Amino acid sequence: MATAVRALIHVPRQVRQGDIVEIRATIAHVMETGHRPDAEGRRVPRDIVTRFECELDGTLVFAADVYPAVAANPYFAFDLRAERSGTLVFTWEGDRGFQHRETAALEVT
Amino acid sequence: MTLRRRTLVLAGGGWLVLGVRPAQAALAPALVDAVRAWADTAAAPRTGRVRLEIAPLVENGNAVPISVKVESPMSAADHVREIAVFTERNPQLDVARFQLGPVNGRAEVATRIRLATSQNVVALARLSDGSLWQHAVDVLVTLAACIEG
Repeated sequence: MATAVRALIHVPRQVRQGDIVEIRATIAHVMETGHRPDAEGRRVPRDIVTRFECELDGTLVFAADVYPAVAANPYFAFDLRAERSGTLVFTWEGDRGFQHRETAALEVT
Repeated sequence: MTLRRRTLVLAGGGWLVLGVRPAQAALAPALVDAVRAWADTAAAPRTGRVRLEIAPLVENGNAVPISVKVESPMSAADHVREIAVFTERNPQLDVARFQLGPVNGRAEVATRIRLATSQNVVALARLSDGSLWQHAVDVLVTLAACIEG
């Protein structure tokens, strides 16, 4: 990945304590399956995101093990019971040493 | 191609006439094996508690929205530990595995997947008591994902 990686995170604002909120994360990635031939008939090597994690202040709150059947620009949505404010850290890992990290604030009132 | 298209039209037409989808066929042995390998137990998953939401007719197999919901209080004593999704006829049957816990509050995940052809898609849940639950949906795909070129 020579170019900058683009990722979109959605965390609701004005969350009340005890609310269950939906967190959404998308990252720009080709998710090349490894099953496709190129124009010369050679198999295009696999290049996918293999793992996505979300931590809240160091505690794992969601993780996904990802296979080639997940569509390009992988999107994941999950829920979280908001008990306290904190920092959400999102990490993606993949083939060819792919790594990306994003953070977002969770503000609970 | 013409034949396939005709078959598809016939299949679609048949469903319109009947107004119902065909009864759930038995899952392919390869899929049953993949699920068993994931489950790591001889016990077959029971049907229920899990709901896989996916369109029954998909025009573009390259990005098919799915969501999986599991009936669970998501308490420390009774929660969903893992959700797994498998396909029946993609080149690789695994799609994704999600790790959850009481912190999630609700057992619900969503993503977008690829479907190489018309097939069953299965969502499974592993609960904190070790029980396994599943829901399979038969999906008709008109434009397959370019998984095989």
